Amino acid sequence: MDALLFMIFAAIAAVCGINVVVQKHAISSALSLVGVMVALAALYLLLGGEFIAAAQLVVYAGAIMVLFVFVIMLLNAGIEKTARGRRPWAQYAGVPLLLVLFGTIALLIQKISPATETVTFGEFTKGAPLEIGRALFTTYLLPFEVTSVLILIAILGAIVLARKEID
Amino acid sequence: MPPLPAAVPLSWYLTLSAFLFTLGVAGFLFRRNIITVFMSIELMLNAVNLTFVAFSYKLQQVDGHIFSFFVMVVAAAEAAVGLAIILTVFKNRQTLEIDELDSLKN
Repeated sequence: MDALLFMIFAAIAAVCGINVVVQKHAISSALSLVGVMVALAALYLLLGGEFIAAAQLVVYAGAIMVLFVFVIMLLNAGIEKTARGRRPWAQYAGVPLLLVLFGTIALLIQKISPATETVTFGEFTKGAPLEIGRALFTTYLLPFEVTSVLILIAILGAIVLARKEID
Repeated sequence: MPPLPAAVPLSWYLTLSAFLFTLGVAGFLFRRNIITVFMSIELMLNAVNLTFVAFSYKLQQVDGHIFSFFVMVVAAAEAAVGLAIILTVFKNRQTLEIDELDSLKN
């Protein structure tokens, strides 16, 4: 059952991820990215991360992607022009080099994580909000507070950058 | 098709994460639209989050979840400021093509 669920959501994530890259229209890429994020939330649940799965849905799929879709619609971003032939070496060398990158990472993963090491649903119980909150407000209290300052600065920066000029 | 194993190896999760990260790099390098390039960065951040949560399972520690929570928070701040910058760039240049946004060169 675990394996079946993993295969379903991994396939959704992979197909939507490919779709993000190959779609010509920005809004199609954004909606595919929402699919990736929802599939990843399900995979977090399989790994025992209940809080992170909820945060992924609320923060990423909910808040950040709505922001992206707003901006795409505001700027009326159409189909992007293909700029083929401008950098021919990048067209030919890019895909093989990316395959080398993926192959290297996959090889390292096979080395450090043997196939006997399996994931069983329900074996990791520290992903509950209680445990996350305890760690966040004891061990990681200073980074947590610094993050709130960062968010405040980001709010101010976004308003200053995006406001309409008042004559 | 070979029969599915009863339990999924942890390396499958990590390989999926590597695959999504590679896709993010591909989008970052190949796409011309500045918003799509930005979305590719979000895809890479998501792939790294999956690795954090997977290693959290392997080590039986909650720290990976905390890190991935911080990545989400910083990504939210980054998206807000980045999209505001894109709005300003579009207001001044009327284009979203990254190849045309090269006035620092000349």
